[in-house]
Amino acid sequence: MPETIVTAEVVTEHGLTPEEYVRIQEILGREPNFTELGIFSVMWSEHCSYKSSRVHLKRLPTGGPQVLQGPGENAGVVDIGEGLAAVFKIESHNHPSFVEPFQGAATGVGGILRDIFTMGARPLAILDALRFGPPDDPKNRAIAEGVVSGIAFYGNCIGVPTVGGDLYFDPCYAANPLVNALCLGIAPKQKIFLARATGIGNPVIYVGAKTGRDGIHGASLLASAEFDEASAAKRPNVQIGDPFLEKLLLEALLEALDTDAIIGLQDMGAAGLTCSTCEMAARSGTGIEIELDKVPQRETGMTPYEIMLSESQERMLVVAEKDRAPEVQEVFRKWGLDAVVIGQVTDDGVLRVRHHGQVVAEIPARPLADDCPVYQRPMQAPAAPSGKLVSFVSDEEARRNLRDNFLQLLASPNIASRRWIYQQYDHMVRTNTVLHPERGDAAVLRLKGSRRGLALTVDGNGRWCRLDPQRGAQLAVAEAARNLVAVGARPLAVTNCLNFGNPEKPEIMGQFSAVIDGMAEACRVFGTPVTGGNVSFYNETRGQGIHPTPVIGMLGLLDNVERALGSGLRAVGSAIVLLGGKSGVERAPEPAFSSSEYARLIYGVTGGEPPEIDLAYEKRVQDCVLEAHRRALLAAAHDISDGGLLVALAECCFAAEPARGVAVTLGGKQPLEAVLFGEEPSRLLLEVDEKQLAELLRLAREYQVEARQLGWTSAGEFRVHFNRQVVLEEDIATLREVWQAGLPQALQTVGSL
Amino acid sequence: MKFGVVVFPGSNCDHDAFHVLSSVLGQPTEWVWHQSTQVNHLDAIVLPGGFSYGDYLRTGALASHSPVLGAVKKFAERGGLVLGICNGFQILLEAGLLPGAMLRNRRLKFLCRFVHLRVETTDTPFTTVCQPGQVLKMPIAHMDGNYFAGEATLRELERNHQIAFRYATPAGEVVDDAEANPNGALANIAGICNRERNVLGLMPHPDRSSEALMGSTDGLAIFQSLVQSLITH
Repeated sequence: MPETIVTAEVVTEHGLTPEEYVRIQEILGREPNFTELGIFSVMWSEHCSYKSSRVHLKRLPTGGPQVLQGPGENAGVVDIGEGLAAVFKIESHNHPSFVEPFQGAATGVGGILRDIFTMGARPLAILDALRFGPPDDPKNRAIAEGVVSGIAFYGNCIGVPTVGGDLYFDPCYAANPLVNALCLGIAPKQKIFLARATGIGNPVIYVGAKTGRDGIHGASLLASAEFDEASAAKRPNVQIGDPFLEKLLLEALLEALDTDAIIGLQDMGAAGLTCSTCEMAARSGTGIEIELDKVPQRETGMTPYEIMLSESQERMLVVAEKDRAPEVQEVFRKWGLDAVVIGQVTDDGVLRVRHHGQVVAEIPARPLADDCPVYQRPMQAPAAPSGKLVSFVSDEEARRNLRDNFLQLLASPNIASRRWIYQQYDHMVRTNTVLHPERGDAAVLRLKGSRRGLALTVDGNGRWCRLDPQRGAQLAVAEAARNLVAVGARPLAVTNCLNFGNPEKPEIMGQFSAVIDGMAEACRVFGTPVTGGNVSFYNETRGQGIHPTPVIGMLGLLDNVERALGSGLRAVGSAIVLLGGKSGVERAPEPAFSSSEYARLIYGVTGGEPPEIDLAYEKRVQDCVLEAHRRALLAAAHDISDGGLLVALAECCFAAEPARGVAVTLGGKQPLEAVLFGEEPSRLLLEVDEKQLAELLRLAREYQVEARQLGWTSAGEFRVHFNRQVVLEEDIATLREVWQAGLPQALQTVGSL
Repeated sequence: MKFGVVVFPGSNCDHDAFHVLSSVLGQPTEWVWHQSTQVNHLDAIVLPGGFSYGDYLRTGALASHSPVLGAVKKFAERGGLVLGICNGFQILLEAGLLPGAMLRNRRLKFLCRFVHLRVETTDTPFTTVCQPGQVLKMPIAHMDGNYFAGEATLRELERNHQIAFRYATPAGEVVDDAEANPNGALANIAGICNRERNVLGLMPHPDRSSEALMGSTDGLAIFQSLVQSLITH
């Protein structure tokens, strides 16, 4: 079959600009052939090259004594003591999940899992950050249902627990759902493997599934361009997941790594064989040559172009010590998997691809992997927050409507229990899950054979980031850290998934740059360097972009996992303390309140600005919680976030087993709605035994943070006083029912399961 | 005393069962590869949970034809103790070591949550340390746990006291609602044994409920019963 001639039109179809094509000609010293053009186009796609984001990402803090491996590898690696390393990363699978929700989400999980076990780590847990359009549209419900089923299908079958995540519904995600999957793994520090191809003459081994025509140009065409009506035609670009095969690959690979015959390895994810070969060689200053005839193939007649660009799932590239390939192959054979030597490491720095013995591509590996043009794209500073502000009704009227509005808030898809989702995920398999979903502010996992434990959370409020990208990013990092300290974990490091619109638009790049600034500043304050992650641009359909949505995945360490702190109230008659917040500061409440979930739901307002955050104060609040926990003063802790104080109080009751209630007394000069539903950051609810209350209040003074007793825990009633009046009195069981039914009702799906 | 935990391709809870037997109970435990037929040196065999062969066909269908199952059948015929947990139970059904079949959960979704089981018989080597009517809290995690059998089979199971566990409320009432019997199992059946009482399968996970840190220690009763039965034999 004659190869397609490379014309200007073909170059454009590959998403390459004329300038980029000139660069390719310079690197090669000649015209590329069709296969080489395809190889360049995937490596230099936005998805693989980070060409728009790289100049900004440099501003993030990435170092620290705990960081064993920062950005640039398959995943970040963090030292957690006792000779152990935590390996973690978050990645988006947004575009595929819109085109085909089930498979898109499933392969998103499969991909991030491979990133983790490629480093030699056994996957310990998965979390997912999901964003969908409003559930009143059947299309959005179908996407949500498909995505959740896809995650469940893959995670359950491969046997890695899905232990947490977060979820928001907003119109901006209707045609651009977000599916960000995070995976955490664990390995002995000395046994972390990197993507290296060293040792001239060492064999390059292809392992795992066979290569088919699926997923060709997934990275370059799906993930690196806007969407339109024709997007359904891109369905063949979505890969199909096989979690059973990946389970075999996982077990075989970890066993093969124990032979010590393996030097380096890389997942074949985006851009498949192309990416794994040239990146491994580029990082090692070597070359790689491969013969495509030896690549296990699912179908006949595949062209070099197709084989090099296929994104078939569940494949990896392994470089082994010379003469030791048979040992590695033997392990894979035991697990019934292909493991074929397809080439070798060379000393000339060239990626050389043969097909039927003929050279079909010959490209210097390092320039291919690293010399993609980097863009300082034009930026426009984010517009000052605007939009209508809430004008509060009188306290009298607010009090009359309080019960109805509170129930409506509890049932709102952004607040309601996530039980319908997490019950579909096996969140317990491998018996390490210590804090189950909705039992604490972060997932907590034990490490068998150690007293230590790891805590994980994902957070990111897109609504706030749209109103003020920089502050929104700070708030996201602060909330992630707060969620970790609420379970008694010390924040260690961050992985981030940066979901944005079209980077060719100056206002989008302006948002991106502001988010990076906000995140960098907050990560410095909390001492949590960024160890990796993923940038997802082009989340736009028909020119309509999403809110800038940075999702922060944060890892924390518990010295004693048996002391993990839940959010559920434990005793009857213990004190409820509100720690943090800045009650002394008088500010007009309207602008911050207008960006709250309550304002959106009850007033139909999304405007104003995100609440202000004082990062130094937030840090003191968090340090105070950790010290209080160290002194064993706390029975439960819960961050106050979406929905504000009243929702947080209710959540503490819902997480309790057996049932608990509260009786609290609130008040002040601010409007009732602002006090009960405002989303001011740097606040937590703490349950404290009465005998230890004085010490906790003393500690708060020491840390110069506010602390105030709100009331007491009770056996099952929810009672709220405001300025000396009882404003709400309700049975916890009733509230819980509303909260638990909210999501299945909104999705119009089966009730309590 | 020696326990064996079978590893099928796609077994996920093999480590969980192994961990409870070896680390929590301190019993000598070894892995049994799915292609092995050497099981005679073992005293009890656990078929663990997971997705054997991906369960792309009927759950447990492929595993029931693997070489190790032939050996397990002979082992059971000779009176050896066999415990099937979740996917292990499904495999025992497919292999004909236990009667009945699994349908998809009544709400057609995978379900992972704690349930309560009422112990229906203590006259099995897997329930000897339990009290009759005792309520055990254990998690389930499956898509196909809706037990089904024909009327004659059900009558026989009841007559021979082969129903070991039924889904129940925390107070031990056997009611057929989505809260107590979430997968919709026939007669709330959560676990059964064979007529000879040496083979038992159950959908809930005692392996996930044998340590306080995992939220329940009720599952330990199953493994402790096994150990005790082997000691007294």
